[in-house]
Amino acid sequence: MSFMQIKDLNVHYPIRGGFFNTVVDHVYAVDGVTMEFEKGKTYGLVGESGSGKSTTGKAIIGLEKITSGTITYEGKDVTNQRRNRNNSFNKDIQMIFQDSTSAMNPRKRIQEVLAEPIRNFMNLSPHEEKRRIIELLEIVGMSEEALLKYPHEFSGGQKQRLGIARAVACNPKMIIADEPVSALDLSVQAQVLNFMKDIQTEFGLSYLFISHDLGVVRHMCDHISIMYKGRFVETGTKQDIYENPQHIYTNRLLSAIPNIEPSTRKERKEVRQAVEAAYRVEAPKFFDAEGKVLGLKNLSSTHRVAMSALETEAN
Amino acid sequence: MNTSKELLTIKNLHTSFRIKDQYFAAIEDINLTLKENEILAIVGESGCGKSTLATSIVGLHQEGNTKVDGEILYNGLNLANMKDDDFNKIRGNDIGFIFQDPLAALNPLMRIGDQIAETLKYHTKKTEKERQVRVLELLNQVGIHNPERIAKQYPHQLSGGMRQRVVIAIAIACKPKIMIADEPTTALDVTIQAQILDLLGDLQEETNAGIILITHDLGVVAEVADRVAVMYAGQIIELASVEELFASPKHPYTRSLLNSIPQIDSDNDRLEVIKGMVPSLVKMDRKGCRFAPRIPWIDESKHEDHPQLHEIAKDHLVRCTCWKDFHFEHEEGGLHHELHAN
Repeated sequence: MSFMQIKDLNVHYPIRGGFFNTVVDHVYAVDGVTMEFEKGKTYGLVGESGSGKSTTGKAIIGLEKITSGTITYEGKDVTNQRRNRNNSFNKDIQMIFQDSTSAMNPRKRIQEVLAEPIRNFMNLSPHEEKRRIIELLEIVGMSEEALLKYPHEFSGGQKQRLGIARAVACNPKMIIADEPVSALDLSVQAQVLNFMKDIQTEFGLSYLFISHDLGVVRHMCDHISIMYKGRFVETGTKQDIYENPQHIYTNRLLSAIPNIEPSTRKERKEVRQAVEAAYRVEAPKFFDAEGKVLGLKNLSSTHRVAMSALETEAN
Repeated sequence: MNTSKELLTIKNLHTSFRIKDQYFAAIEDINLTLKENEILAIVGESGCGKSTLATSIVGLHQEGNTKVDGEILYNGLNLANMKDDDFNKIRGNDIGFIFQDPLAALNPLMRIGDQIAETLKYHTKKTEKERQVRVLELLNQVGIHNPERIAKQYPHQLSGGMRQRVVIAIAIACKPKIMIADEPTTALDVTIQAQILDLLGDLQEETNAGIILITHDLGVVAEVADRVAVMYAGQIIELASVEELFASPKHPYTRSLLNSIPQIDSDNDRLEVIKGMVPSLVKMDRKGCRFAPRIPWIDESKHEDHPQLHEIAKDHLVRCTCWKDFHFEHEEGGLHHELHAN
């Protein structure tokens, strides 16, 4: 059973112009997104820059104003109470940011950085608070020495781990991770990803994993949604997306991923060109006259694809 | 390919930066050749010195705080420590440079066409009309479909992929023999990245130029490179053809890196993690094997003092001797496993 449902989420930004600075049009950053989250699962949100994947994440947690749509958390409608301190939603859903440097106050020591969520949501005595912070540092594999240091004294991977420590401080149910490893080197990335998997099994966390890296997403996620221009083009389990991609845009993304096998690169280039050619020819089947993504159709109980009704029958 | 002409020869290159009153080498003991019609990739993680190497070749570092020793031979000239006036005749003309961030590399106040023409004005004797024709030709060559319109636009009006194409157009404007591309696709989306990499490959085939491609992305390397140099802590630790490097990587660092990539085709749950951290310039132990602290389970006696590059097969160089006995921490014994794997 899912603990959180998002229904028809829309985030539109007005474009102002003209003589009286009136609203002339909208940017449809997120345009009708529907998702469900189950306990202990990882949900991937993939797309190119500008596709609206980060906006979706921010809208869910309440950093972005929602134009329309509802968010239901444990049976309650929390759409307008996302930043309300007395609401459990605020405590149970946490976020990890891409750039951990700018996500931490450079003038606070790590003990204050980590204490913030604890002071906000848990009524602990100073002594208990300190114990909890040390416990958190242990979870992310750091020693007590870190307590009195400032954020700049840590390396990128360590900072990202501290960001995670802050996110798990109040025992959240779900963490929204917005490109958590894209700023990190390969070996450090591996470390952070392993660690995220560890705390997931330990605490039964759910993740919304936002990334543009299809390799990382494949490694981390159970369920993947591909986003384009604010809408989902395809959503399904990992197997659905990687082994049986149906949407032309998904195909295009998958064919563009570099592979570490130099011997097959000629063939891959040919495949890529074939997909590009097909993309130009078959686009009308998948996009409407304005270039918008069509509505999602069910292919199986888990696999949904945005294509015209005609196409669905053919499959 | 091995018979083709050598374009650039780097001999014993050391580049040091001043920190307080001392100089610390950011890259050491670099020996490389770039041949005609070849893409040489330089891979490594941040801080390994790959960009320092690139800026040393084209002399873009700050003079007061940098010391460059060694030789960079191009066409009988030594580029290291060349005077700026002389260098300007070579930069942009014989050597093109493609930067990571196209927005920072372009002048925001100049129209695209003028920026490309600027290079031509400096290096060629073309008239203004001829320059304009060449600009449109170049924009066409880098795959921009409506060159007349784009030439009149400003950088901020273009998308990231288009900007990078413009930067490439500037780099190839004078038909350089050598192109240096510093992380040309890092700031781009995968689909655009694929397009730009294909474009680089096509341009190289047309012009027979030699390209030095600097990247941290092993996927990109496997996609376009002919030869690969892997760098760690300022040194080249492995140099081989791209097929050889991916099929039988030898140095522990290369092997660990390859193992830490989340693979599309594998469902392996854990990724390989390299223990510890890249040593800092100031604190680095410059005598022993620089990777030794990160593989503490390998016995110290297996490493070499002052590790050198050894040719272990034709055109396959590996630094230090520790690769012979290397095994991952969770694996059993070294040599036995190595033989088994071969």
